Amino acid sequence: MTSAASPPEVLRAPLVVEFPFTRSLGPVQSAFLTGLRERVVLGVRTSDGKVMVPPVEYDPVTAEEIRDLVEVGTTGTVTTWAWNGSPRPSQPLATSFAWVLVRLDGADTAILHALDAPGPEAVRTGMRVRVRWAEERTGAITDIACFEPHDGPASEGAAPHDGRFAGAVTGIVAAARLDYTYSPGRSQTAYINALAERRTVGERCPSCHKVYVPPRGACPTCGVATTDHVEVGPAGTVTTYCIVNIKAKNLDIEVPYVYAHIALDGADLALHGRIGGIPYDQVRMGLRVEPVWTEGGRHPDHYRPTGEPDADYDAYKELI
Amino acid sequence: MPTTSRYARDVAVVAFAQSDHRRRSDELSEVEMVMPVLHQVLDRTGLKAGEIGFTCSGSSDYLAGRAFSFTMTLDGVGAWPPISESHVEMDGAWALYEAWVKIQTGEADTALVYSYGKSSPGSVRDVLTRQLDPYYLAPLWPDSVALAALQAQALIDAGETDEAGLAAIGARSRAAAGANPHAQLRGDAVAPGDYQVRPLRTGDCPPIGDGAAAVVLAAGDTARRLCARPAWITGIDHRIEAHGLGLRDLTDSPSTRIAAEHAGVFDAPVDTAELHAPFSSQEVVLRKALRLDGEGVAVNPSGGALAANPMMAAGLIRIGEAAARIHRGESDRAVAHATSGPCLQQNLVAVLEGEPA
Ligand SMILES: [Zn+2]
Repeated sequence: MTSAASPPEVLRAPLVVEFPFTRSLGPVQSAFLTGLRERVVLGVRTSDGKVMVPPVEYDPVTAEEIRDLVEVGTTGTVTTWAWNGSPRPSQPLATSFAWVLVRLDGADTAILHALDAPGPEAVRTGMRVRVRWAEERTGAITDIACFEPHDGPASEGAAPHDGRFAGAVTGIVAAARLDYTYSPGRSQTAYINALAERRTVGERCPSCHKVYVPPRGACPTCGVATTDHVEVGPAGTVTTYCIVNIKAKNLDIEVPYVYAHIALDGADLALHGRIGGIPYDQVRMGLRVEPVWTEGGRHPDHYRPTGEPDADYDAYKELI
Repeated sequence: MPTTSRYARDVAVVAFAQSDHRRRSDELSEVEMVMPVLHQVLDRTGLKAGEIGFTCSGSSDYLAGRAFSFTMTLDGVGAWPPISESHVEMDGAWALYEAWVKIQTGEADTALVYSYGKSSPGSVRDVLTRQLDPYYLAPLWPDSVALAALQAQALIDAGETDEAGLAAIGARSRAAAGANPHAQLRGDAVAPGDYQVRPLRTGDCPPIGDGAAAVVLAAGDTARRLCARPAWITGIDHRIEAHGLGLRDLTDSPSTRIAAEHAGVFDAPVDTAELHAPFSSQEVVLRKALRLDGEGVAVNPSGGALAANPMMAAGLIRIGEAAARIHRGESDRAVAHATSGPCLQQNLVAVLEGEPA
């Protein structure tokens, strides 16, 4: 890895990625998750008579479609386990617990879930457990709050079930949130820091001498690091543009507005920016513009006309 | 060329390079991390970026927290004017497989394969839960260490190992890594440590880190021209287990065994095995599947994934390390293995051979 001098201060910022994927369920998954809501555990029987819990819609061995639902017990046997001494956010229990694979009575395969137990000494492979239902159930795997130790008798084997319930669950929302601390690296840190001083700094390729703005640290033509810093602009030329008629969420800009590619003077790549200070229908290719910073802003808020004559097409045609 | 060839074309790994793997690399963007590795691997062959027939990369948007994150690193390969390029959202070993197929079709004679991962910006244990089944598993957030621990307990219950046996694997790996300047955990000073998820202790788990790797593949005479002793890929195959963890016998890896059979691992003895076993317990499973308990096989002489596990690159590194031993004349027939997903979900096996001196 490079040992080249790094900037003493690398920018960092929180980055939160959240996605509530909405997923539809097939008939078997729908019956299984609806069943959990009704405190019923369903499995599916394969053509060779094995009962799979949780159920799948295609046999993993033959790829045959399987739809033969059966009800299995809510008690079962631990087939393997692992003691989770420090639960992570979003896991089923907030206090120490065991991850377990449980083969429910009547099933031939095991389901993964949490086991509420006082400590690792209380858990062993082969121990008997039962489902602890969540108080509020919606048709999701979390309708099983966890498993708990169980001393009672085993349930009966698998019994046929038609899989029909009133108000079947047909989809789930798979919510997820991941937290990152994003660092943009050497090149983009230098660019962003310069912008905060109201300067636009690109990087020149040592091989082809093109100046990239914003720089990403590499020349995509030569595949080498761009290390020479070059101040460009502040003025530039509109090379192309579009008129935006869709109001963006959380963006306090009236539509229509113009979004443009702007080739800053001295740069060999156009960057993006909003054009202001001129009616949207008067923006044109070749228009000369300059950045407008707002108080405390770390980057230009928009670009406005400089009042200079338009640039010749030949002066910017390579940058469109 | 290899004496027996099961494929249309003879393809070899002709160069390998990797970064130093580190816990954090905040000062580097992904392309800044990858580029030196790309330059090293090209320098070793004397090829220029524009002379490569096909480029394929492996990485993960979930590590970067950003969609289409791989496109940023394309600047580092000189992607303009347009090149023939592809990407897998997996370990780079699978990018290598795609590149190998591309060369087999005759559409390319050389390929650049690279992969990288920065685990430092997020919490990789949580991030990896997002690759699980979204209906039955992901809502419970079982992290990668927890799933590996279930597999470890299953092995202990089956009498195939014990905690001391697992600790010895970790210790041996890190001691071997003492000779690997790129490894993140080096030397034998790593104690077994506390339980992470019992029965796995800190020493049974891979370090979390950032890193990148690249190899160059070439066919036939081109390989011979670019490398004094090419590492011929005489067999390569990859297989996957059933999706549900509870459907599987976690003490075994039938997918590895089948891939190995198809790749010809068992046709002759191997002298080197580079296994992608991020957890000590997984080495137990892989040794069994690949029948590696005999004498005379160096298992993970690089230190393996217990010494450096840059996500999405650690599998490609296994192929690269095995090839590099052939390039150096330290191995004549090596097996390289890569995995992806929880509890050895997917497995790729390659046999690499050098010609007699
Ligand atoms: Zn250049």
